Amino acid sequence: MTEEHKSEDQQGTPDDEQLPFMQRLLDNPFLLLFLGIAVPTVFYIIWGIMEITQIPIAD
Amino acid sequence: MAITPPSERNWWKLPIARVELTWIIIAFVWGLFMFFMMIYWHGAGEQNLSNEAYKIKPEQFAAKTQAMIEAHTVRQESGFPVVRPPAGSDVYLTGRLFNWWPILELEKDQSYRLHLSSVDVQHGFSLQPININLQVHPGYEMVVTVKPDQAGEYGIVCNEFCGIGHHLMVGKLYVVE
Amino acid sequence: MSTNTEFRTCPTTGLKVDLAAEKLIKANAVAAVIFLAIGGLFGLLVALTRWPEVHLLPADWFYLALTAHGLDVLLVWIIFFEMAVLYFASAILLNSRIAGPRWAWTGFGLMLVGALLTNVVVLQGGSSVMFTSYVPLKAEPGFYLGIILFAVGALIGCAVFFGTLVVARRERTYKGSIPLVTFGALTAAIIAVFTIASGAIILIPTLLWSVGLVSNIDPLLYKTIWWAMGHSSQQINVSAHVAIWYAIAAITFGARPLSEKVSRTAFLMYILFLQLASAHHMLAEPGFSSEWKIFNTSYAMYLAVLGSMVHGMTVPGSIEAAQRSRGLNKGMFEWLRKAPWGNPAFAGMFMSLVFFGFIGGISGVVMGTEQINLIMHNTLYVPGHFHGTVVAGTTLAFMAITYYLVPLVFRRELRFMKLARLQPYLFGIGAAGISVFMMGAGTLGVSRRHWDMQFADAILPFDYPSAAFLMMGLNGMFAVLAAVGGVAFIVVVVASVFFGRKLGVDEKPSYPEVPPQAAVVAEHGSADSLKIPGTTMLVAIFFIAFVLYYFVNWKYLSEVWPLS
Repeated sequence: MTEEHKSEDQQGTPDDEQLPFMQRLLDNPFLLLFLGIAVPTVFYIIWGIMEITQIPIAD
Repeated sequence: MAITPPSERNWWKLPIARVELTWIIIAFVWGLFMFFMMIYWHGAGEQNLSNEAYKIKPEQFAAKTQAMIEAHTVRQESGFPVVRPPAGSDVYLTGRLFNWWPILELEKDQSYRLHLSSVDVQHGFSLQPININLQVHPGYEMVVTVKPDQAGEYGIVCNEFCGIGHHLMVGKLYVVE
Repeated sequence: MSTNTEFRTCPTTGLKVDLAAEKLIKANAVAAVIFLAIGGLFGLLVALTRWPEVHLLPADWFYLALTAHGLDVLLVWIIFFEMAVLYFASAILLNSRIAGPRWAWTGFGLMLVGALLTNVVVLQGGSSVMFTSYVPLKAEPGFYLGIILFAVGALIGCAVFFGTLVVARRERTYKGSIPLVTFGALTAAIIAVFTIASGAIILIPTLLWSVGLVSNIDPLLYKTIWWAMGHSSQQINVSAHVAIWYAIAAITFGARPLSEKVSRTAFLMYILFLQLASAHHMLAEPGFSSEWKIFNTSYAMYLAVLGSMVHGMTVPGSIEAAQRSRGLNKGMFEWLRKAPWGNPAFAGMFMSLVFFGFIGGISGVVMGTEQINLIMHNTLYVPGHFHGTVVAGTTLAFMAITYYLVPLVFRRELRFMKLARLQPYLFGIGAAGISVFMMGAGTLGVSRRHWDMQFADAILPFDYPSAAFLMMGLNGMFAVLAAVGGVAFIVVVVASVFFGRKLGVDEKPSYPEVPPQAAVVAEHGSADSLKIPGTTMLVAIFFIAFVLYYFVNWKYLSEVWPLS
């Protein structure tokens, strides 16, 4: 939902208004940049670091 | 052309050719298959990497290895103790610059809890010629349950670069009937 | 904001070319080729040392050469070239001025200084820690500092790319959406930002550790974040070379993408998921859950692989459609048989596509399967795989587009055209051979990053099977072939750039010949009439090879000791 708002904010030209959501997403480099950094950061880095910190200490 | 803007303003609305769509569906289903194959193998396959691991101080791991060596050494070979721990027990293998310590002697078709760690830098546990390869980190102890199913003499090559003597780092493991 | 931007109009394509952007493209491409030559030389030394009968270098020099080889080609060559691609795909293809050329030059300077610094430090001998520099192996501080400077410079380059997209849109230099090739470059730039940020995050504390300000870096944490850089940097390559495939198909054939929607969505799959494959390097590590491994190693259910498989059809499919619309309609493969195989840009591009798919792509997915990784991790299979992607895939594609850059951007006629026609075959077949034989040796257990597969000086002996020695001999021979192809490339490019005939301002070069009636060709490809039986056959062969090879490796896995 918020993504939709963002992409509307960034392009104001009237002929863009009728374009489908996916095309507006693909035409928005900064939203793509955000997604392209967020997805691997969350799933690979943050989740990965959580796994490492949860390794128990040997007795 | 691919180097010019799309000629249709609203290209998202254009239909996709059937041949393309078919390939997308095949490729997607194949991807799903490969994904679920990994999950399936956890239940049905016999070769899965354990997730059991602990944080451990290098000296602590070295001490555990030493305790096993003192209890179960059966002979010496080229300066290495050959250790034959009881079937089903916890066995320890230490990677260090530049050898795998000690030589283990395991019984065929028996399970062992193999503990792997390093006391200095990262090493690569590469059991040959069977070709089982695991990364060995200092400060972390990985526990893998192994069940050797072929008797013989195996080499343990270090396959992670660990320093100038990396290519000298070869260990040995026996599996006996 | 500078308003006195100077442009020229390209007589071949009609594009408006910002001269500042053109200079930046030239500088980055030249730097790239220099580091390709250096890194390639180190690579040849490595291959000749691993050829058991030759065993060229002593151990310390081998590990030094291998460290330098990895750095110079996996990082420096490709990222310099990618900067050139980013500036080309933004400023030139969008008819725009480049945003902040001064910043771009600052980035270039930082990259150059960083790359030189790291090379010098490696050559001094105290930093033979491999490209990966896994802690607690410690390199000299300059090693890390050089990479950090290089990364910051590249990050500035990415910012200039994004800035140029903004400028072009604001100044309305193009209509509608950006071209597909620019979208591919955008994909590369997005992945580059993640890559470079990850590198900085882990290498800055490592630099502090190497000078003694930080006492300890956790090796597992280091490895996790390092690979967010190390693997993703190769995903920049994938995006960039796929964009180049589309570009060469467009310039050579006037080919139009079969569907903008499909191709762009395939790139979107890259943006979202390709970087997760950094987990390929973490499958044999202690402590990660299978959930984390399976989700990440499969790029979220293989959605990024789906992207690649789509490009694998749409690129040759668009060429086939363009060729057929020109009347090359006989049978299944007339379009391919009568393709311009003597045009080095096309030959390189098409081999890059085939080798990347069949060798690099399939092996990557198989090796990245959670369990199958057990029988391949850190064996020569790994470099075998990534020579299939980075050398036979990316490097070959970058070489191919260079044949168009020289006349179109450097404005010089190509020299030694006969050698140039041969070059992609020499290099491509050499690179494919390297990949296949290293994968073969890896299947037989041979370790990567290893000076002596005979273990001559080890206390405990071990012998690899004799077939493994044969594999390494063949690897050496194909490395020599690839090196000959590499030298041919350097000779052609250097001779053309420095001694080629200068083209007049409005003069069209004799090469490349841009197809006549490009406009007519652009009309093909309506969804109802699309006929690409040849491509369908190629894709079917690919799919069968993929499925067979996948199951063969499960079979291999099922034969090793039970472990859990």
